[in-house]
Amino acid sequence: MDRPRFRWHIVVFLAPAVLVYTAVMIFPLFNTLRLALYSKIDQERVFVGLENFQRLFLDPIWSEQFWNALGNNFWFFVVHMLVQNPIGVALAAVLSHPRLRFAALYRSAIFIPTILSFVIVGFAWKLILSPIWGIAPSMLDAVGLKALFAPWLGKEEYALTTLALISVWQYVGIPMMLIYAALLTIPEEVLEAGEIDGVTGFSAFWKIKLPLILPSIGIISILTFVGNFNAFDLIYSVQGALAGPDFSTDILGTFMYRTFFGFQLQLGDPHMGSAIASAMFAIILVGVCIYLFGIQTRMRRYQL
Amino acid sequence: MNKARSNPVGAIAMHGALIAYTLIAFFPVFVILINSFKTRKKIFREPLALPDADSFSLVGYQTVLKQGDFFLYFQNSFIVTVGSLFFILLFGAMAAYALSEYRFKGNMIMGLYLALGIMIPIRIGTVAILEMMVQTGLVNTLWALILVYTAQGLPLAVFILSEFMRQVSEDLKNAGRIDGLSEYTIFFRLVLPLVRPAMATVAVFNMIPIWNDLWFPLILAPAEEVKTLTLGSQVFIGQFVTDWNAVLSALSMAILPVLILYVIFSRQLIRGLTSGAVK
Repeated sequence: MDRPRFRWHIVVFLAPAVLVYTAVMIFPLFNTLRLALYSKIDQERVFVGLENFQRLFLDPIWSEQFWNALGNNFWFFVVHMLVQNPIGVALAAVLSHPRLRFAALYRSAIFIPTILSFVIVGFAWKLILSPIWGIAPSMLDAVGLKALFAPWLGKEEYALTTLALISVWQYVGIPMMLIYAALLTIPEEVLEAGEIDGVTGFSAFWKIKLPLILPSIGIISILTFVGNFNAFDLIYSVQGALAGPDFSTDILGTFMYRTFFGFQLQLGDPHMGSAIASAMFAIILVGVCIYLFGIQTRMRRYQL
Repeated sequence: MNKARSNPVGAIAMHGALIAYTLIAFFPVFVILINSFKTRKKIFREPLALPDADSFSLVGYQTVLKQGDFFLYFQNSFIVTVGSLFFILLFGAMAAYALSEYRFKGNMIMGLYLALGIMIPIRIGTVAILEMMVQTGLVNTLWALILVYTAQGLPLAVFILSEFMRQVSEDLKNAGRIDGLSEYTIFFRLVLPLVRPAMATVAVFNMIPIWNDLWFPLILAPAEEVKTLTLGSQVFIGQFVTDWNAVLSALSMAILPVLILYVIFSRQLIRGLTSGAVK
């Protein structure tokens, strides 16, 4: 085939998407990385190299907050991995049972919290857990566990875990759906073959289904990781920009917001904000690379 | 048929577990909704009782409607969501068509470039986005939000739509070419109608995160006249913390539109999620 002329229509088809994507996503991303290398001195933007990062990691005023936020963020992620994903897998395993009735109804109902905004979810739980309203304590009282009640969101040692669990409550629908989809693709013959060999029930789940859905669990893990490391809305709705009590629920998203916009007496600093954003970018990039090159390529995939 | 897979005890246990979890999922929403229709006294005395003739009250809703401009917020959210979805679908489908239909130099690289954004959250670039919106005067306009959400939604849209467009029959497009249709007519008249299910999947995937987002409205469009429903309820509730009737009513008003949308689109959403489009 010879080339008649330049095919303008390809350009026309690609241009809008590429322009918007480049101008609003890729360019600002790199511009943010660049801004992290500047600082405002006497109302002027001055190039300072890696000084902002040096302050962020080493200057006690900044580094204490940074490591605190990073540590909290890791704990936030760990809670999701340990609670959200196992519950999601368990629900999916039950839902995918071939002779379960009302499966579609359960599925839609359990997914409802996932469609609500963090603002709604955050305030709803804040009210329910509030000692003033007393729903949580009176419900615990009904089962004789009133002694267990504490103002969880107000105590430094519980607040972050409580928030992570609220977030788990909200997002359990995502792993449930994805695993459910993966379980449905397992052919009946494979399970029947297992049955003939006496592998049924729980052992069928552990020995046959689980290995087959590992790639989906990998995808969920990386989605959870990326989602958690740029989380912000829930903490901001429930605890405000100060991520109280005493910064015990501060994560990178709230830390960046506070730094960028300022709060109370501290002035906003876009350059330090960019430095934190760059650190978040690096963390997410490392996570995604570990997944793509370390986990995904090594995972055994079975041809079904 | 095997015994272990059809025994009644197992079935009861499964239903028990699912009902228990469904209750956990529903409970907070239920408590908020019923209490929004009760008097202040009853909210505290009997938080778990349904509203009856004695305890029924709409005082919270009256406060909300008087104090907050929820219809305006709703309208803003609606414009932003529909506008963003329109551009995501139009631009995304066009780019997906270019990538899946034509062979040209740089096709692979362009595909990879557009796919980068699937994993990298756009929030990382917030500082520079705000700076750009201030410079272009778009700050505190709905356009700022529409542009950001369009950019955020495009990578996954292009990815999903190009998978589907590869399946559109080659013969159909060639028949159109022989009839002398332009490439644009082929795309809009022949291909787009055929990938409508995939477009619906992309739309429902994007709809919920856009509607619920708090970060960008807070940063790019915090002014009263462009507040979205999510930001509007956040600010409203923050101001009325002690007025429980108002807070509960505001929450219910924020929940209802999403619930209605979910009832309409849940089949589409669940089909999209379970069809493996996210892989």
